[in-house]
Amino acid sequence: MSANLADPKAARDHARAQGGTRVEAMPTLPPAADDLPDGVSPDDLLWEETIAPGGYASRRIARGTRLRLIDTGGDACASLNIFNAELPTERLNVADTVKVQWNAYLGAGKLLLGDMGRVLATIIADDAETHDAFCGTSNAATNAAKYGEGRNSGAFPNGRDRLILGAAKHGLTRRDVHPCVNLFKGTKIEADGAITPVIGPFAPGRSVILRAEMDVIVVLANCPHVRDPRAEWHSTPLRITAWRGPVTSEDDPSRNAAPEATRAFLNVEDYYRR
Amino acid sequence: MTDDPALSGLSGAIVHDEIVPARAPWLHHVAAGQTLRIVDVEGNQAVDFLIYAGADDAERYSAQDTVAAQGNLFLRTGTVLLSNEGNPMMTITGSAVDYHDTIGGACSCESNTLRYGHHTKSQHACVENFLEANLWEGRGKRDMVPNINFFMNVPVEDDGTLGIVDGISAPGLTVDLRAEMDVIVVVSNCPQINNPCNAFNPTPVRMIVTA
Repeated sequence: MSANLADPKAARDHARAQGGTRVEAMPTLPPAADDLPDGVSPDDLLWEETIAPGGYASRRIARGTRLRLIDTGGDACASLNIFNAELPTERLNVADTVKVQWNAYLGAGKLLLGDMGRVLATIIADDAETHDAFCGTSNAATNAAKYGEGRNSGAFPNGRDRLILGAAKHGLTRRDVHPCVNLFKGTKIEADGAITPVIGPFAPGRSVILRAEMDVIVVLANCPHVRDPRAEWHSTPLRITAWRGPVTSEDDPSRNAAPEATRAFLNVEDYYRR
Repeated sequence: MTDDPALSGLSGAIVHDEIVPARAPWLHHVAAGQTLRIVDVEGNQAVDFLIYAGADDAERYSAQDTVAAQGNLFLRTGTVLLSNEGNPMMTITGSAVDYHDTIGGACSCESNTLRYGHHTKSQHACVENFLEANLWEGRGKRDMVPNINFFMNVPVEDDGTLGIVDGISAPGLTVDLRAEMDVIVVVSNCPQINNPCNAFNPTPVRMIVTA
């Protein structure tokens, strides 16, 4: 830096001159998006942010909020934790998610269940169809083994440490970062239990839309899938858009698709009966 | 004692030997190098199993890290049970049953309402046992993660359909676990009576630790 920044006024001018800079991975405030689905008013936009390769984000969103994730470059991996914002000891439970729905695979109409018999979020749209509820995310040890290092402060951050930072900004700690689901990077389970990674890279622009069924904290990390077979670290940006929406009605198809689903919604409705 | 078939193949001195009653919790500290043998005394009894690091109980068993590292959902002889930070906690050194489950999690009063109906909410469940045992040492709900289910069978079909089905265990079958670090083992001897995991009849299991 050649500018003379020895005095505070010069430092202030230098800092202020950076304002207005646009980069790909950043939040947009107030939120703006020119590709909202039909029928969604721009007035209902809540959140527009592109998460960097290796980056993370966390935010509290209200019951009914729609959360759209777009794999803009074809190599995003959205590792997701969800907590009840009101009482974060209630959180996503991947075992209950697959067991209660009698199915291993996430996709449109599937519920993301918490550990208290309630649905935290529903996948209401999905044109990716390659997701993973089994492998979790990378950690410092796996990234060190694969990429040489995996520090938050390094070039190859690991998913667990990103999720921990995202959760910590809502007062949570290492203890609270439990198994996650991965969106956009998939796994196929073979008859002998073998896990076949489905990593791509994929066509750019695939998207998933979640609907929050409770007031939740979502924590997203965008790091390579832990079973990515490529020796090099590959990650592309992950775009997030959220907008307000109505609370799920009693005639919603995902609420009534299975008796287990109906009871998960009944338990949510009972929780908010106050 | 040497005539006891449940001790067959164990080496070292027995430092602990306890029957866990049907439906009950159990907690035990197992030191690095010790071996824990679980005996399915009467057969087809699911043993829900969590592990915490003795030195720092924020480090605990991770089903996801374990299956991702071995590239397979099933826990078999040779499986290294990894922590949420990627460290080996215990190794399955022997198993008389072909494989064990770690995707099915623990039954809870709350998940039972989803799986079977609200009439099951008052029934005892594994999460109740895990909570009770963890609270003895100051851990709580936030410390409870998806667990191992020894002697439980959860196949996954080609279309993704999965479920807890009839067990593949039998009376007297065992699984042996060598502690790779000082660990705290927390068990729920599963009380579930609404699916086949316990053959609809919860029974005692036996825990033997050798050093």
